Amino acid sequence: MTVDTQAVEFDSISLESGAKLTPVSIAYETYGALNASKSNAILILHAFSGDAHAAGISHETGKPGWWDNTIGPGKAFDTDKYFVICSNVLGGCQGTTGPASINPQTGCPYGMSFPVITIGDMVRLQTMLVDHLGIERLLAVAGGSMGGMQALEWAVSYPDRVIAAIPIATTARHSPQQIAFNEVGRQAIMADPDWCEGNYYSGKPPGRGLAIARMIGHITYMSDESMREKFGRRLREKEKFGFDFSVDFEVESYLRYRGSQFVTRFDANSYLYITKAEDYFDLTNPTGSLTAAFQKVTSRFLVISFSSDWLYPSYQSEEIVRVLRRANRNVAYCELPSNYGHDAFLVDVAEQSDVIRGFLASTCKENI
Amino acid sequence: MPAAVPVKGKPFVRQLLGRSDFAIISDIVEPGTQVLDLGCGDGELLEWLAENKGVEARGVEISPAKVQRAIARGVSAYQGDIDEVLPDYPDHAFDYVILSQTLQETRQPLKVVREMVRVGRRAIVAFPNFGHWPVRLALLGTGRAPKTKLFPHDWYDSPNIHFLTVHDFDQLAGKEGLVIERCYFLAGRRRVTFLPNLLAEVAVYLVRRR
Repeated sequence: MTVDTQAVEFDSISLESGAKLTPVSIAYETYGALNASKSNAILILHAFSGDAHAAGISHETGKPGWWDNTIGPGKAFDTDKYFVICSNVLGGCQGTTGPASINPQTGCPYGMSFPVITIGDMVRLQTMLVDHLGIERLLAVAGGSMGGMQALEWAVSYPDRVIAAIPIATTARHSPQQIAFNEVGRQAIMADPDWCEGNYYSGKPPGRGLAIARMIGHITYMSDESMREKFGRRLREKEKFGFDFSVDFEVESYLRYRGSQFVTRFDANSYLYITKAEDYFDLTNPTGSLTAAFQKVTSRFLVISFSSDWLYPSYQSEEIVRVLRRANRNVAYCELPSNYGHDAFLVDVAEQSDVIRGFLASTCKENI
Repeated sequence: MPAAVPVKGKPFVRQLLGRSDFAIISDIVEPGTQVLDLGCGDGELLEWLAENKGVEARGVEISPAKVQRAIARGVSAYQGDIDEVLPDYPDHAFDYVILSQTLQETRQPLKVVREMVRVGRRAIVAFPNFGHWPVRLALLGTGRAPKTKLFPHDWYDSPNIHFLTVHDFDQLAGKEGLVIERCYFLAGRRRVTFLPNLLAEVAVYLVRRR
């Protein structure tokens, strides 16, 4: 199944910060067919560095989507049954308006003049896309990590539009540890002399800073166990230590490779803006209470965490589940066993697919 | 303490999903109600109740593998410890709170029973009867922790940590001021109407707060 990324432009979007973006476009892909009653639509929400290409083979690049093991015919999000939508987030760099987009006022890329955006802003733009597609209510919203934050935001801010929410490996509020790792990534980018206060679009991008940020990210996505399994202390193409600072260990080589790959596809300023949106995410705002935030929620929930995920540990999912239980809402929750750390929701998907499939089938039975 | 009067009916109880206590529970639960099953296992009973009685079904289960299977079959189950999760619920959040053959495995059975009749308008408690005559005989005869068909475990690897009999539950209900609306006693598929504390393997009680 080859797919094309599409885009739609809207006149403007008002942001939580009070700023306004004029105009704004959003890149998206769809898979499967919308039924006549428009009741089988599922919105997939991508994580930090994802994009609209969630499934199928990209017509443009020939690459499979980032959740192709989970979305497609017969898969957890079965495109024979459901109409699946995925869009690139606001502030991103894969087709949706972000800091690398041209500011129509100046004719130059926004750079750091791009307004700070929030998870709530990302979701508001998604509601505009869903409106554009003529869909009143989504059967489900689903995503892992930052995608899970968006799923929670949908359920809390648009309760009438979401029948079921599937937040995976996520949190209702970014923790100090999560903020800390994001801040180290941002500092790495801003310390790169090529960053030039964000005005690098006509020259050399801050590749070293961005690569370091990504290397840190990858460490937090894995687990001690998965790193021992994947790399051990193995040396890279050598028998003995080099006694220098070239690559000795496999793990170094892997991180450098991941860092250098990332630089070719991701905009450093988007890194700054999107991590900031994550760090601002706190559903206890403005009331100070998660219980109050979930008061109006009507969706059914499937919350999933992974045993070895230390970046978004299970206690954060369990906090969401406890609040939903206190409000006597319909919630299913399981911590899936996996050695893959935070990455598990992308790579260790067999059991995750089973629970998603069953959850969606019963949601359908009750609602379609 | 007035002994509870068992419900009369046919001498043999049908089975549901291979279990007679499930058949009784499924008869008790009224259609269209809200049900919480504590220790729901892989969600078979809840799935049946949802499909055949249109109940709104929720389950708690401590085993991650069983929770996964319950969710995969469409049941809203979550991973949790019943000793810990019940206090989260508001009063009368459910029409029925079910505890099937798990009371003897809880750390604080009294707290669990009190919470069940708070969270549920009614509680359905099914438990294996430690007063069943082969259990008594085994202890008397062997002088060791009884191992029977009903309690097949060695003392050191048994999940059962609080043993109770039919009389024990009657007494607890009296002390806690619970109304026993119905009770059923079973030996295999046979209904026990005489000397249940001696002859019943499994008891099923429908209770509520006064």
